[in-house]
Amino acid sequence: MTGLLSIDRISKLYGTSLVPALRKVSFDISAGEVVTLIGESGSGKTTLGRIVLRLTSASGGRVSYDGHDISAYSGAQLREYYRHVQGVFQDPFSSYNPIYRANRVFDLIRTSYFPRIPAPQWQDKIEAALHAVALNPGEVLGRYPHQLSGGQQQRMLIARALLLDVKLLVADEVISMLDASTRVDILNLLVGLKRSGLAILFITHDLSLGHYVSDRTVILRRGAIVEMGDTVEIFGHPQHPYTKNLLAAVPELHKKWRTPAAEAETRAAARNGVDILGNATSAGERSPGGPMAVQPITWRSRWSYRETGHARALEPPPLRSVGPGHLVADDES
Amino acid sequence: MSVRVEHLSIAYRTRSGDVIPVDDVSFSVADGEIMGLAGESGSGKSTLGTSLIYLDARMKHLGGLVELDGGKLPIADSRAMRPHRLKEISLIPQYAMSALNPTRKIRRIITDLLRSHGMRDREVMSELKRRIALVGLDISVLDQYPFELSGGMRQRVTLLLSTLLNPSLLIADEVTSALDVSTQRAVGELLIEFRDRGFVKSMITITHDLSILAQVADSILIMYAGRLAEKASTATIIDAPLHPYTQLLLASLPAAGVRYDQTKLTGIPGHPPSLANPPEGCRFRERCPFAFDRCTATPPFEQVAPGHYVACWKVAPT
Repeated sequence: MTGLLSIDRISKLYGTSLVPALRKVSFDISAGEVVTLIGESGSGKTTLGRIVLRLTSASGGRVSYDGHDISAYSGAQLREYYRHVQGVFQDPFSSYNPIYRANRVFDLIRTSYFPRIPAPQWQDKIEAALHAVALNPGEVLGRYPHQLSGGQQQRMLIARALLLDVKLLVADEVISMLDASTRVDILNLLVGLKRSGLAILFITHDLSLGHYVSDRTVILRRGAIVEMGDTVEIFGHPQHPYTKNLLAAVPELHKKWRTPAAEAETRAAARNGVDILGNATSAGERSPGGPMAVQPITWRSRWSYRETGHARALEPPPLRSVGPGHLVADDES
Repeated sequence: MSVRVEHLSIAYRTRSGDVIPVDDVSFSVADGEIMGLAGESGSGKSTLGTSLIYLDARMKHLGGLVELDGGKLPIADSRAMRPHRLKEISLIPQYAMSALNPTRKIRRIITDLLRSHGMRDREVMSELKRRIALVGLDISVLDQYPFELSGGMRQRVTLLLSTLLNPSLLIADEVTSALDVSTQRAVGELLIEFRDRGFVKSMITITHDLSILAQVADSILIMYAGRLAEKASTATIIDAPLHPYTQLLLASLPAAGVRYDQTKLTGIPGHPPSLANPPEGCRFRERCPFAFDRCTATPPFEQVAPGHYVACWKVAPT
């Protein structure tokens, strides 16, 4: 099955950086599919989104949309590409120019894509797009960005994408900056758009959000895929130790990180105290890789280019299949 | 009783008049208690936390009393507050980990801080080294610049700095927010450990993330639009909240394991009122599905069960 968008062995090396941001990442996105890209800071998830949006170029590999390599696009072709592929980003507050009214983002679309459309028809189109994102046109049109809430701003950016014939939306941490009470509405909005056939690359560090919206999940670490597959399968039966650690660290309302027994034990140890307080070395002996280990995930320090050499640094750990569509990488930590 | 706040009101002076993000707030934090302070952006939670230690030029103390370990804190008088800061009450402000001076090594940042409070670094250096090891850092961080450390390491440094003199109260504002989940967990557990070891007596942890509070806090105080909505033990807030806002807020959180095709979560319609011109009565009224005529009067923040305080006419004892 060929997807709408196919990401094929994409690598990225940033200028002077010693470590690759992406290492031969490959996966497909089909029409109407939500793929969540999960990773911690520095995992390369945003870089991948930016490559798909042609905001930065890949150092190797290719991204094809509808079977065509997007890196060759320029001018009219690129504009045509953006008619189908749009991005929405984390910080709605900085996506707007504060000195213009917020609906200027729509006018910019009009000048580049619909220069000949008559004004009344354009107005109808805007209103339809705003209704699609559950905004009341009267409440948002003509306002300045600071007069709109974060949720409203984010919805307007999604509406802007909907004005075009958008087939794929790259949503990079779109709700991280929103309040809990409005967050889930944006998620539901994305689910609704997905049902009407929109494919979404949902980039997030938040596993619960990823689980809520997505059909498939790709987990990225150090620029390489560690595990990918059906969302329910990944969350239900994670195979890679990294995925398991990540899932265990997610704060949940009804499940404590630590069991009451372990809790009591640490407290007792803390009260008796002297062993750890008096002895500095014991702190370092805590379960390596456990949550107390310093930066179990941040890797720049331990995993340098110099140690591994260029050729190996770019080579991601091999993926093996453990179930239908469920791929797991070898553990390289 | 470690901390007692009574009828505290704080205003921001703006050109278009006073905005009151902390409006007649009363609560207490017991010794050894980690109290989570939660609310949406603009609810006044950060202002409340900050006001207990430092009122900047825009902020005005309108009234109310703050007591720490039985003594009154002169929060309106910045100079008089100075001897209390760091030693008795300490704050990790929001974005503190990005606010470490990039041109100074960690050691210098610490000595500068101690000197500004009239202390020699020698007095605390051995304790500092012990604690550096305790939080899982290497002693060499002292000779590193902040930018050489990762977010989690920097957050540990700010935590060490602010608790070095064993304050009675630590106010930690969004200390876990900009971190990855695994680092978030490590820092969260460190907060508990610092309390258990007595490095701080009690703590107010400010965050918008209720699921973090479910992990680290003993009690949770929910703020809405400058007023207190509900306070109770963590278990009560999570499992049996009484205020409609708390209930709706919890219902809108996607927990791990919830999917759109099984459980459809809903947000809270509308948005919080502007604090520049807040409505009379209950401030949640406009968004509340249970609002009735009585809600036009301000509900008192009352105890409805031992340790459980709610400001809502629907649950208030009549």
